[in-house]
Amino acid sequence: MDRMIKNAYSMLSPSLIWLLLFLVIPVIYIGVISFTTNTGFGGILYEFSTEAYTAAFSSLYAKVLWQSLGWSLLATVLCLVIAYPFAYYIAHAGKWKNLLLLLVMVPFWTNLLIRLYAWIILLNNHGVINNLLMKLGIISEPLSLMYSPFAVIIGLVYGFLPFMILPIYASIEQLDRSYLEASEDLGASPVKTFLYVTLPLTFPGILAGIIITFVPAVSVFVVTDLLTGGKLLMVGNVIKDAFLIEMNWQLGSALSILLMVLVLLSIVIFMKFTSGKDRKFLI
Amino acid sequence: MRQRTKRILFGYSLLIFAFFYVPIIILMMFSFNDSKIGTVWTGFTFDWYVKLFSNTQMFGALQNSLYIAVITTVLATILGTMAALVFHRYNFPGKKAIDFLFYIPVVIPDIVVAVALLAIYGFLDMTLGLITAIPGHVAISISFVMFVVLARLAGLDDSLEEAAKDLGANEWQTFWRITFPLIFPGVLAGALLAFTISIDEFVISFFTTGPGSNTLPVLVYSMVRLGVSPEINALSTIMILLIVIAVLFTGRKMISPNKKGEE
Repeated sequence: MDRMIKNAYSMLSPSLIWLLLFLVIPVIYIGVISFTTNTGFGGILYEFSTEAYTAAFSSLYAKVLWQSLGWSLLATVLCLVIAYPFAYYIAHAGKWKNLLLLLVMVPFWTNLLIRLYAWIILLNNHGVINNLLMKLGIISEPLSLMYSPFAVIIGLVYGFLPFMILPIYASIEQLDRSYLEASEDLGASPVKTFLYVTLPLTFPGILAGIIITFVPAVSVFVVTDLLTGGKLLMVGNVIKDAFLIEMNWQLGSALSILLMVLVLLSIVIFMKFTSGKDRKFLI
Repeated sequence: MRQRTKRILFGYSLLIFAFFYVPIIILMMFSFNDSKIGTVWTGFTFDWYVKLFSNTQMFGALQNSLYIAVITTVLATILGTMAALVFHRYNFPGKKAIDFLFYIPVVIPDIVVAVALLAIYGFLDMTLGLITAIPGHVAISISFVMFVVLARLAGLDDSLEEAAKDLGANEWQTFWRITFPLIFPGVLAGALLAFTISIDEFVISFFTTGPGSNTLPVLVYSMVRLGVSPEINALSTIMILLIVIAVLFTGRKMISPNKKGEE
């Protein structure tokens, strides 16, 4: 028994050490930085200070925090509402199922930057949509479609919708049909069966979808960066600029730690409400 | 499902597919457009592809991306597979905590990994180059490999291993002759997944590579920041077509109920 445990640890140690060295310790380190004193231009004085967190919640950045939270929550809800019926249809598409899934995989695997670039071409002031509307005489001046919260939401939904579709699809697809038949046999209407059987049974997929849509959406910086030219900010933009431009490592670290808290919380929730076999919905 | 519900869902799904594909198709179309402005169609040309293929920066970035992705794949596959074997086979103190640890890279925002690594490299006074991207790439890929291989192991008949041992094979022989061939599809799927994650990864590369060590996504980012150019359309079109080919090629094997692969 002892030898087995030793064996287990020794086989685990390479990946554990890797994750400790290159993930856990660096994250702890920025946790430390977030409580140090900023001496300007990337200077770190190891003296306790909560300045960075005060700054993060100050009126200057609080707006960005709430904005990111609001936009990413809205995008997540939109993704969920859009994805569920779509995933439901694919899961019931019979012989077309595999083809339809392949059609979801292509945007899923296409790099986010490329997919956002596609929207720049559409939303631009001289873009396809404005050109079309002007040619049709519907508008005489180009609409400012980019540089707006509308563009951010489009970018977030377009970027992360596949993340929502696939786990929900998986949970619907693996649903034991006999439960649905039982519900029907017992006289439940299709609506009732959906609300009381299908929806609760596909909950692990929904939860996984919400987590893997919301977490990247709240922390992404390229959507605002590319679709609003940096005019509108999300917390990711502030972190990026804090580290690369303003050299305020304390602020960047504090905001990263706040994101990290969100992540740990979502894992705890996921582990609490699902069982080990449901983790496949997450990856 | 009732017929009417089915028809409504069908129409709805068509709309969603249009939402997915219209932007992509317009993007690809304009890569053949004979105009620099890029959003008004003026005529057909292959010029942007010719220009792209004489872009040495692009090939340099592609080479960097492949270099990182290959090393990441090898490391993540070995480490992830070993971890999966342990998780499948043993119960040990701290298993639950370690399980939690393996969830973190799946959910962690890449920007947190990126700035945390940047900070620790700064602390160690390390110069950023190409290889400084690898620790982060591997760290976010290990768990995916582990979970994919673990799923494969879960479907494995343990009696096969027992039979091998009963017939006198030692652990090493049992592993290479029995276990490994059986989990190989899972290991391969995990490796493909690690490769794809690495090739696709932008944020970690953006923060943890040095100047002059652009990867392809980092190059795309800096090109897009400069504005619309048909050359980006051409590059994007090629990348999208490669993905279409890869998806068709791995086809039904790669599509699983799961998000990213698993055979």
